Amino acid sequence: MAALRAVLGCRGAPALRPPPGQSRGAAGGLLQRLGQWFYEVEVVMAWGERLRQHRLRSRNAYRSFLRDTYGENVAAAVFTLSCGGGVRFEGQDSWIRPESHWRPEVLRLRDVPVVALDLSGSPLNYNGLDNLVPLTRLQHLDLSGCPHLDDWALGRLHVFGDTLQELSVARCPRVTERGLATLHHLRELRRLDVEGVRVPSPGLVRILLEEMLPDCQVLGMDLGDGTGTPTGGEKPPA
Amino acid sequence: MLRWGRALRPRRGGAPGGAPGRPLRTAAPLSSDIFRELGRGLGRLGQTLKDQLPALEHGAGGWTPPGTPAGPRPPEEADVVVVGGGVVGWSVAFWLKALEGRRHGMRVLVVERDPTYSRASTVLSAGGIRQQFSLRENIQMSRFSASFLRNINEHLGVPNEPPIDIQFQPSGYLFLAPPQRAAKLEATVRLQREEGAQVALLSPTQLKAKFPWMDTEDVAVASYGLEDEGWFDPWTLLNAFRYKAMSLGVHSCSGEVQGFITSAEDTVSLQTARIKYVHIHMPDSLEYQPVTCAIVINAAGAWAEEVMGAAGLPGVLCQPPLPIQPRKRYVFSWHCPNGPGFSCPFLIDTTGAYFRRDGIAGNYLGGMSPPEEDEPDTSDLSVDHDFFQERVWPRLARRVPAFESLRPRGAWAGFYDYNAFDRNGVLGRHPKLENLFLAAGFSGHGLQHAPAVGRAVAELVVKGRYESLDLRRLGCRRLVEGEPLEEDGVV
Ligand SMILES: Cc1cc2nc3c(=O)[nH]c(=O)nc-3n(C[C@H](O)[C@H](O)[C@H](O)COP(=O)(O)OP(=O)(O)OC[C@H]3O[C@@H](n4cnc5c(N)ncnc54)[C@H](O)[C@@H]3O)c2cc1C
Repeated sequence: MAALRAVLGCRGAPALRPPPGQSRGAAGGLLQRLGQWFYEVEVVMAWGERLRQHRLRSRNAYRSFLRDTYGENVAAAVFTLSCGGGVRFEGQDSWIRPESHWRPEVLRLRDVPVVALDLSGSPLNYNGLDNLVPLTRLQHLDLSGCPHLDDWALGRLHVFGDTLQELSVARCPRVTERGLATLHHLRELRRLDVEGVRVPSPGLVRILLEEMLPDCQVLGMDLGDGTGTPTGGEKPPA
Repeated sequence: MLRWGRALRPRRGGAPGGAPGRPLRTAAPLSSDIFRELGRGLGRLGQTLKDQLPALEHGAGGWTPPGTPAGPRPPEEADVVVVGGGVVGWSVAFWLKALEGRRHGMRVLVVERDPTYSRASTVLSAGGIRQQFSLRENIQMSRFSASFLRNINEHLGVPNEPPIDIQFQPSGYLFLAPPQRAAKLEATVRLQREEGAQVALLSPTQLKAKFPWMDTEDVAVASYGLEDEGWFDPWTLLNAFRYKAMSLGVHSCSGEVQGFITSAEDTVSLQTARIKYVHIHMPDSLEYQPVTCAIVINAAGAWAEEVMGAAGLPGVLCQPPLPIQPRKRYVFSWHCPNGPGFSCPFLIDTTGAYFRRDGIAGNYLGGMSPPEEDEPDTSDLSVDHDFFQERVWPRLARRVPAFESLRPRGAWAGFYDYNAFDRNGVLGRHPKLENLFLAAGFSGHGLQHAPAVGRAVAELVVKGRYESLDLRRLGCRRLVEGEPLEEDGVV
């Protein structure tokens, strides 16, 4: 394998031109070679990282073929289910989950709008939102514990401004107060769960959120009790 | 303090996104864990070994006897010499290495005269990125840059280093237009939407509903960027480019480019020439070092024209002169406890004054470009505080009544790399110096365009033509032909 070859140091690329000026004799030469060898290892690491990113990308890919055949709602539902999440269409009381025998059922619902999505703990990221943004009737969105959801992604939720009533971004490790600030677009929001989101001063952020979304109940970020801080180590204000 | 934290990279606890054992439903395949574990162990070992190395190419750290110039000496030869180590220079250097066909194929040297960056525009800027420009190329560059910054760890991440966090605040730009400019603004927004930017037009009523803290009386229409607009930390971006470029083998040296030797012999009937050597003057010494080079890139920002005036470039070849000059711009910072809250965008007033939120503790920063006839003296970076009191504050307080009472916190000044000809970057090959490429003159939007500019210039050098974005119209030809390519949205 190429990776192995690189690790073993048999590479095809020509060696670096000797660095100018300095040299420390044989020991320096050996150390330099070791340094280069580890440069190769870094390249292998970079491949590993790229592979991870490639996987993440393919799981978040936009499924335009589904949309073309079954419409936006089914496409969003299938995406969510394939991420291990749950879906509720308008008029339904129960969630469709990946465990249930969902395929025929979902594909029949092509003209029924999706009203609720549970994507908690899924690998959803900015690109994956491509599958969701066409939804026009979404009221409930659970994104809690999504490890790849970041502030850039939160910035895309404005498209649900007219409909979204409940949102959870609880325990999303990459969400910060900067992303939360974009939620002012969600005029209909009534419940926002931000428990465990890392922000510098939870009390202040909560006040700012409540001021920005006056009709919305903000959950999980309590004045100074430290739930919002990464370690809970911050002292509550006296 | 006032400037953004100079701490190099914010290290967040628990490496977001990379934390092992996160509650992913479907377990990641085993192989990636092997990579990860291998990475850690070998990374540590590699670092230990590297620390034993004599200060090799970059000379980072290491003791030097007093009296020797700080930083490494430049190599005697390089394939590409980049003049100026601001965000544009380092972006070009990074992309050259990213696009080079084979590893270690090209020796790239970045020359920066001030390693503390005390005057570089990059670190003195307001850190904004927007899609709302009036020139197609600028919109396209912004779209490219936004996507680059969004995926910055894929581009600039270095194995075994904490992820890069540029602290992007996605709050959008809000441009306000009075009745006489409403039609123009609407036309510009149409163009932006054509290019795929998400921009909303707001009527005064909608504006008031969204931002109740604003006085909308004389506003006819507003355009509001919904995605990929906001502000970020310029230091982090500059460092990320620099760190990544150096990890890919780019050489850097501190010194000033003070002269050139060209192939020109007879200076009278001269049509074109090539630069053969660059003379780098070492700091605090009388020495200079000639560096043989195949290609030179002028990324000296506000000083790009000064570089062209350096010794050794025949005057006839530098015609027409670059219309790029330093223009001093102030940024003021203030505190206002009941100012615009969390939803505060980067607001560009009808009068040209601007402000944005700075953090969440009731601090703001803003400024304004002075009228042409009142351009301040550019010999230093001193701040004229009356400018805030007399020009900026009254305008902002009219727009945001809460700003009538505020407490100034501080201010700084920086130089726009101002293109007096048409306020756009000058990009590409020099018309007469065959191996000189220009990348300067971005007039207040160079920070956000740096990722795209770097890639474009690197494509020209490596592939001989633009591939990802067609930026030919930003080339030197418009200067030669005297046809400006105007950008209306210069703040
Ligand atoms: C107040 C202010 C606010 C701004 N706000 C924004 C904004 O919101 N968004 C945005 O996108 N842009 C903004 N800008 C513009 C942006 O900062 C610049 O366009 C951008 O930083 C230019 O980058 P640069 O690398 O070309 O220049 P610089 O960062 O200035 O780098 C040029 C470097 O070249 C070095 N140099 C010069 N001559 C020589 C020489 N002869 N030898 C060696 N080195 C040399 C200098 O020391 C300098 O470090 C702002 C600028 C200012 C002043």
